[in-house]
Amino acid sequence: MTAPLHEPTAETAPSAAEEAALASADAKAVQGRSLGRIAWERLKRDKLALAGGVVVLLLVVVALFAPLITGILGQDPDEYHENLIDPLFGTPTGSLGGISGDHLLGVEPVNGRDILARILYGARISLLVGFLSAMVAVILGTVLGILAGFFGGWLDSAISRVMDGLLAFPQLLFIIALVSVMPNEMLGLSGSSVRVFVMILVIGFFGWPYIGRVVRGQTLSLREREYVEAARSLGAGRVYILFKELLPNLVAPIVVYSTMMIPTNILTEAALSFLGVGVKPPTASWGQMLSSAIDYYESDPMYMVVPGVAIFITVLAFNLFGDGVRDALDPKASR
Amino acid sequence: MSEKSEDAAVTNPAQSEGAVLSKDAAPGETLLKVTGLQKHFPIRKGLLQRQVGAVRAVDGIDFEVRSGETLGVVGESGCGKSTMGRLITRLLEPTAGTVEFEGKDITHLGVGGMRPLRRDVQMIFQDPYSSLNPRHTIGTIISAPFRLQGVEPEGGVKREVQRLLSVVGLNPEHYNRYPHEFSGGQRQRIGIARALALKPKLVVADEPVSALDVSIQAQVVNLMDDLQQELGLTYVIIAHDLSVVRHVSDRIAVMYLGKIVELADRESLYKAPMHPYTKALMSAVPIPDPRRRSAKSERILLKGDVPSPISPPSGCRFHTRCWKATQICTTVEPQLVELKPGQRVACHHPENFEDQAPQDTVLLTAAKEAAELVADEVLAESATTSAAVAAEVAEVAASPTGPAAEETPDAAASDEPETDRDSK
Ligand SMILES: Nc1ncnc2c1ncn2[C@@H]1O[C@H](COP(=O)(O)OP(=O)(O)OP(=O)(O)O)[C@@H](O)[C@H]1O
Ligand code: SF4
Ligand SMILES: [Mg+2]
Repeated sequence: MTAPLHEPTAETAPSAAEEAALASADAKAVQGRSLGRIAWERLKRDKLALAGGVVVLLLVVVALFAPLITGILGQDPDEYHENLIDPLFGTPTGSLGGISGDHLLGVEPVNGRDILARILYGARISLLVGFLSAMVAVILGTVLGILAGFFGGWLDSAISRVMDGLLAFPQLLFIIALVSVMPNEMLGLSGSSVRVFVMILVIGFFGWPYIGRVVRGQTLSLREREYVEAARSLGAGRVYILFKELLPNLVAPIVVYSTMMIPTNILTEAALSFLGVGVKPPTASWGQMLSSAIDYYESDPMYMVVPGVAIFITVLAFNLFGDGVRDALDPKASR
Repeated sequence: MSEKSEDAAVTNPAQSEGAVLSKDAAPGETLLKVTGLQKHFPIRKGLLQRQVGAVRAVDGIDFEVRSGETLGVVGESGCGKSTMGRLITRLLEPTAGTVEFEGKDITHLGVGGMRPLRRDVQMIFQDPYSSLNPRHTIGTIISAPFRLQGVEPEGGVKREVQRLLSVVGLNPEHYNRYPHEFSGGQRQRIGIARALALKPKLVVADEPVSALDVSIQAQVVNLMDDLQQELGLTYVIIAHDLSVVRHVSDRIAVMYLGKIVELADRESLYKAPMHPYTKALMSAVPIPDPRRRSAKSERILLKGDVPSPISPPSGCRFHTRCWKATQICTTVEPQLVELKPGQRVACHHPENFEDQAPQDTVLLTAAKEAAELVADEVLAESATTSAAVAAEVAEVAASPTGPAAEETPDAAASDEPETDRDSK
C-alpha cells in the first residue's frame, strides 16, 4: 500500500485500540445479550402484556384443573338443579340468574346446571381447540412457507396458489357443510370428541396460509442475506443453511403469529359452537352457552353475560400478550 | 499492497513468511484464471414461468489473478462486479466460460465438490449488518468455518477464535457477544476474521468498506493490507469507484455493463488510461448533469444512464455515452487486447495510444452530445488519437454557433489521422 492510506493508520491505530480497550472494560462483566434475551427484558417491562400473560396462564391452569376446581366447589357441569328454577317462567329463582353461595355465577334456565362449572369446562374446549388448531396451522404454515420461500420455482408457485385459494375459501360454510355430513363416530372417537377433533383440524387447516405467507416472505428475504452467502462460501449445504442460519431468525415471526392466531381460533370455535356445529351438548362450550342464552336474553340476561365476558377476557388477554410479544421481538426496534 | 510483489521477494520478511504460509504458488504465478465467463440471469414471466429474456450481468470476461497480488475491480453500479465476485467464488454457477483455480477447473463443481476448495477461496462482504447472523454469537460466527470444514485448529476452536479476534484488532474476550453489540467497522473486522479463519489463498472482497464511515474505511483497508503481508494473501477487491482501489491494487480491471473494458497495472492505468470510460471514472465520479456544461472542467461527465444489461448496446457497449464513438463502435465489438505490455484495452479509438480504427472518422451524433459534457482539455487530448474527434473539434472551433451538421465520410476522411493532432 502506498503512503496516502498508511498515514491515517498512524492516527487511527490508537483510536482503534482505545475502542477495543473501552469495550474490554465491560467485557468481562457483560455477557453478550442475545436478541431473545433483549426481547424478554423488553417484554418484562410491558405491564399490559404481562397482565395478559398472567390471565392466559391462569386460564390454562383453570382449564387443566377444571374437574378438581369444580370438585372443590362441590359442583358438576352436568348436574340438574331443577329446584332452583322458577317452574312458571323456566328462569332461575333469586337475583342475577340465581347467583348464590353454592352457585357463584348462577345457574342455567330450565335445568339449573351450575354456570361456573360449565364455564370452567368450556374453557377446556376453547383453549384446547384454540391451541391445537394454532399448532396445526403453525406446523403446516412453517413447513410449507419455508419450502416455498427456500426452494422457490414451481414449488413456490404451487404452494402460493394453494394459499391464495384457501384464503379465499368460505371456511365457515365449508365447516357447517362438513359437520352436517360427518358420522357420529370415527377413528374410535365419538360425540363431542369427533367434533373437537374435526374443528381442530379444519380451523388449523384454514389457518395455515396466514402463517405460511408470513414465513414464506421472511424466508425469501432472509435467504438473500449476506450471512447465508457467507455460510455457502464456507461450504454449507442447504440443510445447514435452513436449520442453522434461517430457522433461528424465523422463530420470532412464527411465535408472534402463533400468539395472534390463538385468540382468532378461539373466536372461530365459539362461532361454530354458537351455530350448532361445534361440540355437541351436553358438553359445555362458551359459544354454545351464548347460543342457548339468546332465548332468555330478556328474562335472564346474566346467562348471556357470563360466557360473553369469558370469551371477551380470554381473547383480550391473548391479544394483549401477543401484541407485547410482537413489540418485544420487533426487529426494527432491536439494536 | 502495491509494489508488494517487488518489495516482498527482496526485503520484506513478513512477505517471505507469507509465501511460506500460502503453501505453494510462488508470488506472480497465476492463482485464478477466468476465460469467457458469462452469467445471464433468466427473466421469467407469466404463469408458465417462460423465459422472456436475460439480464446479461457478466457477459464474457477474461482475466487472471496472480498469487500475492491485489486485483482491483471497478465500475458503476449494476455493471456486474458482484456477480463476477460470486462467480469466481462459485456462489453462482456460470452460464458459460471457465473458472480455473490453481489450474483446476472449478466452473461446474457442486456444493460437495467445491467444499474442499472453500478453504482456499473466501469472501468478505459489503454489508456488515447483513453479513453476520444476528442470532449467532461472534464465537459461533468465527468458528463456523472450522465446523463446516471439519477442521480442528491447533489449541482448540475457542483459542483460535480468540486469536483471530485479536489479529483483526478486536477484544478476544468478546467471543460471546452478538453482532448488534458492535459498530459497523468492528463488524467488518469480524467478517474479515471469519474469512481468514481457514487461511485462504484468495480473498474476494466485495466493496468491503463502502458501507462504512469514511473515517473507518482507511482502518479497515489498512488492516486488510497488513493481513495480506502477514499471510501472503491474494486479493480481488471490488469497488464502485477508484478511490479505495487506487491505493491498494497492483492491477485494476475496469468493468462496464458486464465486460472488462480495461485491465492494466496500476501505474500504467494512472499514467495513461486508454479506455474513454476509464478516463471518465478517473476524472471524477460521473454525474450526468448537462447544466455543468458551461463550467467545463477537467471533469468528464457521462451522458445519460448506464444502459440496461438486458439488451446492451451493440458493438462497443459504451458507444451510447462515449464522446469518441464512431460508426465502427456501433457495429464491431472491440476486443480486449494488450496494446501495451501490462495494459489490455477494448476500444477502437483508445486514449493515449494509436487509433485502432483510424479509417473511421465520423463522430456519431450521440458522441457529439456526449462531448458537450467533456472538458475542452480532455477533448483536445482525445483528438490526438481520433480523427473524428479532431475534425469535430476543428469544426466547432471554426463555427462555434453553427449547428454541428453530420458530415459525410468523404468530407472528413483523412488518410493521415495523426496529422490532425494539432488541429485543436
Ligand atoms: N440474482 C439475480 N437475478 C437477476 N438479476 C440479477 C441478480 N443478481 C444481479 N442481477 C442483475 O445483474 C446486474 C449486475 O448486478 P451486480 O450486483 O453484479 O452489479 P454490481 O456491479 O455489483 O452493482 P453494485 O455496485 O450496485 O453492487 C444488475 O442489473 C442486477 O440487477
Ligand atoms: S471509442 Fe468506440 S470503442 Fe472506444 S469506448 Fe468509445 S464507443 Fe467504445
Ligand atoms: Mg455489488
